[in-house]
Amino acid sequence: MSNIKTTRRVACSLVAAAAATFAAQANAGGHGIDLEGKTVEWIIPFSETGGSAKWANFYAPLLSEALPGQPTVVVKFMPGAGSTKGANFFQEQEYADSEGTLIFGSSGSTQFPFLLDDPRVKYNYADWNVVLASGTGGVAYLPPDMAAKMDGLDASGLQEEDFIYGSQGATRLDLVPLLAWEMLGLNVEPVFGIKGRGDGRLMFERGEANIDYQTSSGFLSGVTPLVEAGTAVPMMSWGALDADGNIVRDPTFPDMPTFKEVCDATDGCETSGTQWDAWKAFFIAGFPAQKMVFLPNGASADAIATYTAAFEAVQARADFADISSKRLGKYPQMTGAEAQAALESGTNVPQEAKDFVTGWLEERYGVTLN
Amino acid sequence: MDILATALPALGQAWVLILQPIVLGYLVLGVVMGLCIGVFPGLGGIAGLSLLLPFMFGMDPILGLALMIGMVAVVPTSDTFASVLMGIPGSSASQATVLDGFPMAQKGKAARALSAAFASSLFGGLVGASFLTIFILIARPIVLEFRTPELLMITIFGLSMVGILAGRVAIKGLVAAGLGMLIGTIGEGASSGDLRMSSYNYPYLTDGLKLVIVGLGIFAIPEIISLLRQDRAIAKEQSLGGGWLDGVRDWFANIWLSVRCSIIGVVVGVIPGLGGSVVDWIAYGHSVQSTKDKSNFGKGEVRGVIGPESSNNAKEGGGLVPTLMFGIPGSGSMAIFIGAIALLGSGQIEVGPAMLKNNLDITYSIVWLLALANVVGTIICIAASGGIAKLTTIRFALLAPFLFMIISFAAFQSGQNLMDLVALFAIGFLGILMRRFDWSRPAFLIGFVLSNPAETYANQALQIAQSRFRRGFEEGLDYIFSPIVIVLIIITVLSVVIGLRQSKNIMAEGDVQSGSKRAPFLFLVAITAYVAYAFYDASSIPSFSRDRTFPMFVAGVCLVGCAVLIIRMMLKPETDTIFADREREGDDAAATHGLWPTLAWFAALLILTSFVGFILALALFLFAFLKLRAGLSTAMAAGYTAAGIAFMCVMAGLLNRDFPPGLLQSYADLPWPLT
Repeated sequence: MSNIKTTRRVACSLVAAAAATFAAQANAGGHGIDLEGKTVEWIIPFSETGGSAKWANFYAPLLSEALPGQPTVVVKFMPGAGSTKGANFFQEQEYADSEGTLIFGSSGSTQFPFLLDDPRVKYNYADWNVVLASGTGGVAYLPPDMAAKMDGLDASGLQEEDFIYGSQGATRLDLVPLLAWEMLGLNVEPVFGIKGRGDGRLMFERGEANIDYQTSSGFLSGVTPLVEAGTAVPMMSWGALDADGNIVRDPTFPDMPTFKEVCDATDGCETSGTQWDAWKAFFIAGFPAQKMVFLPNGASADAIATYTAAFEAVQARADFADISSKRLGKYPQMTGAEAQAALESGTNVPQEAKDFVTGWLEERYGVTLN
Repeated sequence: MDILATALPALGQAWVLILQPIVLGYLVLGVVMGLCIGVFPGLGGIAGLSLLLPFMFGMDPILGLALMIGMVAVVPTSDTFASVLMGIPGSSASQATVLDGFPMAQKGKAARALSAAFASSLFGGLVGASFLTIFILIARPIVLEFRTPELLMITIFGLSMVGILAGRVAIKGLVAAGLGMLIGTIGEGASSGDLRMSSYNYPYLTDGLKLVIVGLGIFAIPEIISLLRQDRAIAKEQSLGGGWLDGVRDWFANIWLSVRCSIIGVVVGVIPGLGGSVVDWIAYGHSVQSTKDKSNFGKGEVRGVIGPESSNNAKEGGGLVPTLMFGIPGSGSMAIFIGAIALLGSGQIEVGPAMLKNNLDITYSIVWLLALANVVGTIICIAASGGIAKLTTIRFALLAPFLFMIISFAAFQSGQNLMDLVALFAIGFLGILMRRFDWSRPAFLIGFVLSNPAETYANQALQIAQSRFRRGFEEGLDYIFSPIVIVLIIITVLSVVIGLRQSKNIMAEGDVQSGSKRAPFLFLVAITAYVAYAFYDASSIPSFSRDRTFPMFVAGVCLVGCAVLIIRMMLKPETDTIFADREREGDDAAATHGLWPTLAWFAALLILTSFVGFILALALFLFAFLKLRAGLSTAMAAGYTAAGIAFMCVMAGLLNRDFPPGLLQSYADLPWPLT
């Protein structure tokens, strides 16, 4: 719960102006729309098998109950080109055609190509209307022999080691851990071609990879048993954002140092400057504002208000904390102005940070996006 | 003893959970739903589970599990109908079944083939469950022994099955497999995302081709077109010989083969990362190698059905180990299954390393529900097989348009793009030519299926090994040549040597006469041109990217093979087996209809779809085909058309699927299903 509160505070203060405009817009509608007898299509630009599917399948029945008129909510999968196909499709949809029966669920994998100016991206977040934003955190961990080489928070002892990391690709969410480790001076070689973070964890368990990270829920279910068995030691969390936009300890893992603390304690790692700003920008896009729900371009204030209210109603359920933490992990869930603020911080990255990351990707991994 | 002390009570609890009437009722419901949805090739498990998901939220865990497992378990069983009766490989689980099952159906022994297959499935499922009950307790450390080099070796072992299925000219089989691998590399590379044989300007290919499309194209379309040209029923004899009891007897006579293939299935299924893609080929290869008289393989040898079918249901059980104990799904349907488990009850079942400790009773329930679902599904299938086998006596011209309807719809589901149909047509055409010139289609498919794992594991193993060698020479060697790897190398070498020695006797697709030089030569030149271009395309990827190495290597080997073939074609007379051509003699040459007019019907469906959308095009196609080609009266043709469209709409409506839109739909807003 404290996680949600933190983000709420952040969100409010971060982009007050945008929030104010949004709130005015959302309240202007008054009555909202009635969806009785209708079918709401929720487009997920991934296959049935991914994390976004899990997230949407969790919300769909709850949303159906909470929307006025209890419409049927069906999740429709539209995989392709790492989610840019579905997002490009959604960009072409106009609100007038669907009248509130079409929503879209984006993910970090939709935001990163957008931020990195991938040539396949034909969509623009600014055109869409956000009604829910769900975030997560992440934890890096090591095998015990490596963890023993850390001197408290100082990671300099690891700089001599060769690390292997099972990665899904340098332009994906893995960009955040890879950049973080590089800033610490760690020599991490990513082994590409794994299909999901679960495969990365398996590679770690088999002793082939000797550094890994998991999202909060993945860490709780998959790595905690390893930590208890003594075969894995948490290194650091990516942290969470506080009201002033500073990185603080992740409320889900209050005993774990954040990357920022480790960076501060390690020689050669700076928590200011372009590199740090770039890391932080992509961290925000990839974690605290990872998954969002949108109404299409031109959505009426009524529709936005209706969906916002519905998602708020879902979260107001007495059992929400209980059912969501078990099925989604402890994700902060934001609506209204907070969601808008999350969207802003997740999609507006300074040009300098973008340039740094594109340059780094090309230089370090030979990845060009054009 | 310690293990038994925890396992036995959990096993008891599991059975108490399972043997409640309401649980069994849900299981049967799931099985029946799974069988109904199973008619769509390549869609079964995923579509079915997605359909159930909305009901899973908060459902009593054991009921939800019974329903879902009932549905998933029968997919490899119900697939068998399509592969035996129509030659359509429904999923990766039933590719190898096509090789001998379909020829049996053509000989009028469909019921026998089906019941042998079902008996094997049932037995495989039970052997798998028994094995798992013990194995699951000790599986974790064993599974962790399978590192990347081991996975790579298993993939190579799977590829070595090409040796058995290569056909009469071994190099042709090798090139066919290489071509399959090259087709498999199309799209974004897994390593740094470089594009192979595709461009962002034509985004369809960047995701690569899906197995459904390649499987349907390479196996189903050539068979359908060929049967259609001959204008007869699938079964050559009108009387259906061999009842279902014969099939069960066949299975019993080969029970040890069935046991061995079940064990192969469950063991390979246990290893995460490979899933089911190699299992049935390894089982088929084993069936061939362990049979004394190999002359019947490919022409309707019942052992060729029993082997793969015993393994594929056992594999589903084995696949539970990575799914439940590591939280890593072995297949698309297992991934949905994991997601659905989280929705059950109050979400207390958490898939992953803690599953065994906290939920051993649930784990056992899942294992045995799966076995029980196999039993229920098999009984229903065997009971139905006699009746359904009669389909093979229907004049094929009446069946074919509906098959086109189903495979087009199935293909469209893989990418929800009109290009899916174009790709299906293109691969189908390649399949027709490969069949005509006696290039091994199974070898092609094995290459395609294993292309991705072979590339990924090779790159990863190399990268990790380099890092180990930097740490120390011995550490590197230990990593690459672990005992498991060495054993696998020995098995693979033996299998290749034995396979090559015997492959001349095994004509996986029957005997083919040789004919003139020109047509086979042109086809070879076309393939060489594609391979050469693929080589050039891969070599234009910047040299620091790992995405270029694998396609360049495969294309290089293929080019050498092509060169050898070209030289041989120049030297040998036109009676040499290398010039095999089905259009010269036999069924295809004597066919009543030509290849092109028959293919044109399918092309017409495709082109019409691009203009007016799938449903309108389908209506026109069905009616015209039944009226003109099958010679039905106007009223009958209209009736059949209406029935076909209605079936399509009901299925798509239930599964919440759309149809391919055409040009018309971009101008006019039409109501579903016309959209």
